[in-house]
Amino acid sequence: MINADILMTGVGGQGVILASDALAEIAMKAGYDVKKSDSLGMSQRGGSVVSHLRIGERIFSPMIKKGDADFILGFERLEGARWVDYLRKDGVAIINNLAIPPLSVVGGASKYPSVSEVEDAVRQRTDQIHFIPGTEIATELGNPQALNVLLVGFLSFFLGIDEKAYVEDLSQRVPPKFLEINLKAFARGREEALRRKQTGHH
Amino acid sequence: MKKLLSGNEAMALGAYHAGLSLAAAYPGTPSTEIMENLAKFQGIYVEWSTNEKVALEVAMGASYGGVRALASMKHVGLNVAADPFFAVSVTGVRGGLVVICCDDPGMHSSQNEQDNRHYARFAKVPMLEPSDSQEAYSLMEWAFKISEEFDTPVLFRSTTRISHCKTVAKIADSPEMKRKQPRFVRDLHKFVMVPSNARPRHPLMEERVQKLSSYFETFPLNEMILRDRNTGIISAGVAYQYAREVFRDASFLKLVTTYPLPENLIRRFASEVKRVVVVEELDPFIEDHLKAMGINVIGKQLVPIVGELNPQMLEESATNLRLLPQPDTPPSARTAEHELPPRPPLLCPGCPHAATSYALRRLGFYHIVPQDDPESQKQPAAHLKRQGIIATSDIGCYTLAVYPPLLALDTCACMGASIGQAHGLEKAGVTNKIVSVIGDSTFLHSGITSLVNVVYNEGRGTVIILDNNTTAMTGHQGHPGTGISARGEKAQRVVIEDLSRGIGVRDVNVIGAFDLPAIEATIRRCVETDEPSVIVVRGDCPLRVREKGKPLVVNLEECDRCYNCLRVGCPAISRDNDDVRIDTLMCVGDRCSLCLQVCHRQAIKVSDR
Repeated sequence: MINADILMTGVGGQGVILASDALAEIAMKAGYDVKKSDSLGMSQRGGSVVSHLRIGERIFSPMIKKGDADFILGFERLEGARWVDYLRKDGVAIINNLAIPPLSVVGGASKYPSVSEVEDAVRQRTDQIHFIPGTEIATELGNPQALNVLLVGFLSFFLGIDEKAYVEDLSQRVPPKFLEINLKAFARGREEALRRKQTGHH
Repeated sequence: MKKLLSGNEAMALGAYHAGLSLAAAYPGTPSTEIMENLAKFQGIYVEWSTNEKVALEVAMGASYGGVRALASMKHVGLNVAADPFFAVSVTGVRGGLVVICCDDPGMHSSQNEQDNRHYARFAKVPMLEPSDSQEAYSLMEWAFKISEEFDTPVLFRSTTRISHCKTVAKIADSPEMKRKQPRFVRDLHKFVMVPSNARPRHPLMEERVQKLSSYFETFPLNEMILRDRNTGIISAGVAYQYAREVFRDASFLKLVTTYPLPENLIRRFASEVKRVVVVEELDPFIEDHLKAMGINVIGKQLVPIVGELNPQMLEESATNLRLLPQPDTPPSARTAEHELPPRPPLLCPGCPHAATSYALRRLGFYHIVPQDDPESQKQPAAHLKRQGIIATSDIGCYTLAVYPPLLALDTCACMGASIGQAHGLEKAGVTNKIVSVIGDSTFLHSGITSLVNVVYNEGRGTVIILDNNTTAMTGHQGHPGTGISARGEKAQRVVIEDLSRGIGVRDVNVIGAFDLPAIEATIRRCVETDEPSVIVVRGDCPLRVREKGKPLVVNLEECDRCYNCLRVGCPAISRDNDDVRIDTLMCVGDRCSLCLQVCHRQAIKVSDR
């Protein structure tokens, strides 16, 4: 049995909640207790989005305690950094290397953190940091919106749930015309994780 | 069958399986998905009502007609529906009547965080509170049974983390779903609350509370878990889940019946443990009752009265009070979260409210801070002084125009308040020009009566109705102005401008949402007249009607870096060093063109690509 506390973060419209819904369903079908909690409401208007997903034998709280998350899956660099306090010591941070500057940055009132600033912040908790060019790969595959499935693919490598379960879920969840690209994105994400493990590259 | 359900999905399914016949609601976060899910079920009647009061009155009527009915709403919706809620507590029911209210501790998407548990005691109505989706599903059948057995409406109270969290629930494979035959039986003493009939009802209500209290003593879903007897925790709702997470070994009394409280059960539990701790979000509702019973409890010194609870807050506080041992490893130092730029929600690219907000910003301020002054940008509000038009505002997406850079609005209180507030400011003698800004759904919810009031009391108010043809903030539900029903089918449409004329407003204007010069000119004209006026600004929400025009591009040769386009507050426009860029993926193109209209160099152009 696995116990995994996963925090997924991003910007409204990136498909964070769809991804956590899919993963929750897959884990439940694999026999786990699952609870998940999303920030909804006004966040669909381009605000920050965070989804808490907990998988285990028996789960009580639907929210992860700060400092307890095994994984942070950041769909965007700033949003990956914003929630890093939730990561447990030596947890795994997976961050899509994409910057979507908020309006305060656009207007010049604040500064968007650089890659090294985000890395420094994450490194206070863990050395296991993966910056992934997820949006680039998804765009290459033909649809930047497939980012969420790509990131789930990457994360799936760490979770020990049968790969077939993901493919089955995607086949049911994704409309037929987008299925192929989503399956490709999932496979690419998983390959990327494997490659990094083999090369020891973070 | 096991299913992963949100609390809202579970409540809808539970009610449907319990033989529900009619449901009515007005959308409001976090309650909206209850009706959205009910609308998927066949064989029942569902509707989006114009507001929560109407929804509850419709459900009340159905209950009088002998069938099971429910009304669902967010916490502040029950304020609107308070009148029928108290009324039906007096008359009682025929078919089971359940009122679902979803509180929003932490105000994720609300204007306050009132604790609606007080309504149960206030109206002398029993209350059930699920702690996860399983209970949200299972308790629904009980709620209807209790309603019918005790001749009372039942308050079914949820919170954001119950409504929106998904947890695993076991649901019936082949539920009975036996719906009752509708039949109204005349009973003047029960249904006609003239004082002579109402007086004998009051002692019955008091008796009802006593009977319910005894009934809840043995209610099967209340649960006592006796383990370590040093600490005994009494909790309900999602707070119970946090407490189970944090206090691994303690004894527990989980209550799903939180009004009236089962006093004997509580006393028994208290006698089994050394100290009683109450873990509850918001007000000391259970705690105060226990103290009145003479039980010594730790309550609000552990859990703050303000804001949403979460497990680490509970753990830290319990450690400080020495209810839990110090953790082996101290929590690691916090990283610089607060130095990161915030990401507040925004008006979307192509939002039909943007042009009006921009016009109001211009008419409201005489002193604009230069965009390139970083110091004043940090606290823009403090540097901008209002002199021109006052804009009272209302509840909806357009309220986002209060954030920088738009800063277009002056008030936002509760549904429908803008028109009355503007009228009050005017009648108090404030000399500024005043407009009220209200959305289409909000106007139909509770703005109409205020507009009638302006006409009757000879106000001069200008009411701007931002009509995006949907209830956008809650996720695009129909309302009377859309002509689309809760099931997404065609319905009779109420035309806002016709309605306004019918009320007696003579100066009624309808303008396209992206016609900035016309919007500004019409506002300028209307605020100068001595009679009431209505300006309907009409344009579809781009998240619902996903159409794009020809793309807009910035000609950097022409651009003089005045950054006026950034003041529109469009998320698709960004600054790359000194240059301005338009993200063509986000931009809706010349469907909107607001940035093009504000550019004094014509540097933004429609591309033919």
